[in-house]
Amino acid sequence: MTTSQKLLSAATLAQTRQARFAARKRLNQVALALSLAAMAFGVFWLVWILWETLRLGLSGLSLSLFTEMTPPPNEAGGLANALFGSGVMVLLATFVGTPIGILAGVYLAEYGRQGALAGCTRFVNDILLSAPSIVIGLFVYTVVVARFKSFSGWAGVLALALIVIPVVIRTTENMLLLVPASLREAAYALGTPKWKVITLVTLRAARAGVITGVLLAVARIAGETAPLLFTALNNQFWNADLSKPMASLPVTIFKFAMSPYENWQQLAWAAVFLITVAVLGLNILARVLTRQK
Amino acid sequence: MSTAPRPSQPPRAKLAVRDLNFYYGKFHALKGINLDIPENKVTAFIGPSGCGKSTLLRTFNRMFELYPEQRAQGQILLDGEDLLTSRQDVALIRAKVGMVFQKPTPFPMSIYDNIAFGVKLFESLNATDMDERVEWALRKAALWTEVKDKLHQSGAGLSGGQQQRLCIARGIAVLPEVLLLDEPCSALDPISTAKIEELIAELKNDYTVVIVTHNMQQAARCSDYTAYMYLGDLMEFGATEQMFFKPQRKETEDYITGRFG
Repeated sequence: MTTSQKLLSAATLAQTRQARFAARKRLNQVALALSLAAMAFGVFWLVWILWETLRLGLSGLSLSLFTEMTPPPNEAGGLANALFGSGVMVLLATFVGTPIGILAGVYLAEYGRQGALAGCTRFVNDILLSAPSIVIGLFVYTVVVARFKSFSGWAGVLALALIVIPVVIRTTENMLLLVPASLREAAYALGTPKWKVITLVTLRAARAGVITGVLLAVARIAGETAPLLFTALNNQFWNADLSKPMASLPVTIFKFAMSPYENWQQLAWAAVFLITVAVLGLNILARVLTRQK
Repeated sequence: MSTAPRPSQPPRAKLAVRDLNFYYGKFHALKGINLDIPENKVTAFIGPSGCGKSTLLRTFNRMFELYPEQRAQGQILLDGEDLLTSRQDVALIRAKVGMVFQKPTPFPMSIYDNIAFGVKLFESLNATDMDERVEWALRKAALWTEVKDKLHQSGAGLSGGQQQRLCIARGIAVLPEVLLLDEPCSALDPISTAKIEELIAELKNDYTVVIVTHNMQQAARCSDYTAYMYLGDLMEFGATEQMFFKPQRKETEDYITGRFG
């Protein structure tokens, strides 16, 4: 091959490269445009939802929302009993569900990685995780409400806790599995007993992730309607007795938004606004916690 | 397998390995190892990747027991007592046989608590004694001057070399008798490596040190005895000088001079 031939082939090589590069660049632009369009589609609905919530909810905001009870049709009132009921039931369900969830997650990640019991637990937990919440509501209805012949706040707490547990189990297990084996080995190498390795080293290393899981579980149950509809039902009056039916924000929204009364609809939107803000706040908090890691 | 003549006046064996076989499931990783690790000396394990150096090291504190598919047969005598069949709690064995790993593993807590963590497991010191112990360990690991003003900051904020020295300080703070180092410098820059090598030289006055290394120069620089391993066999064991200048076996010479292959 002569030198000129070599140069010629080098020139064609450069040309093919250029053509390839141009094609890749076009493909890149198309793919990028499609992704942007998909993102815009998602964000469009999200922003619309937030906007409507803001527009219709904000005008209903007032101090009486927090001080007065849910009113009869066409009378002034607030959401105090529903806010209190939601708060109490979500809080108690989190207190009940979190320790069980974290302990079960620790078992799955640290003790029963391969055992049959762990495999079975993981499978059942996956089913629970994806079970429609109305199924859980009906389950608690049959075993608690029907048996005691009364809707009650406790039944609502139980139903919500049953939703919290699988979420916390799953995140705890995943976060513990992310802790590198070398950290675990280093702790054992000092002669640390297993329970101390878990509580002082691995759980601590996974702390931000585990707390995030709990916060997301709280955000999830704060808006659940179906499990409360069959368990805590509703209550027009202030009630701090968990053995009686209890009001909650989601059930109030369900009842008021479907009604023909304008003041009820207004209150429903105010409740929607409050829940949205709370859930948004929890999600942001979860974000901040994981970022600090 | 070792047929190398022992150096004259062999020091007392701190750890004695007798007919040790090791299995990862069905894979036979260590084949009938016999070895005496001398007290208050630095012993280096060298050999190509996968030869079983780290595996052997991890039998000395029964680290392999964390993984159900791994098992060891034979004897490992620590001061004459077999630690594989010992009825002592494995935690007590690990308190005597400390380990530092390849990658730095600071615990998710402050520098001070990283050191105090292991001490608290076996001793109940008052605040003053604990402060003293933490300072002693950090000084010993040549880290004190760099961290003395930020003892209560997270250990994860230190550089890689500092983290590794923190792990060494954590290892010696519990006052073990044997210190196992599994490629402690492989993730470090030359300056941190030099610091850790100096530290190893100083540590052998009080501890029996066993170091696994891929770096031949490091083995030559900082060990008194060297074991060459290949495919799960102990090929040769002897004084480092002798291993590097007059190896008994051709395989050892080939590996050390880089003609291995």
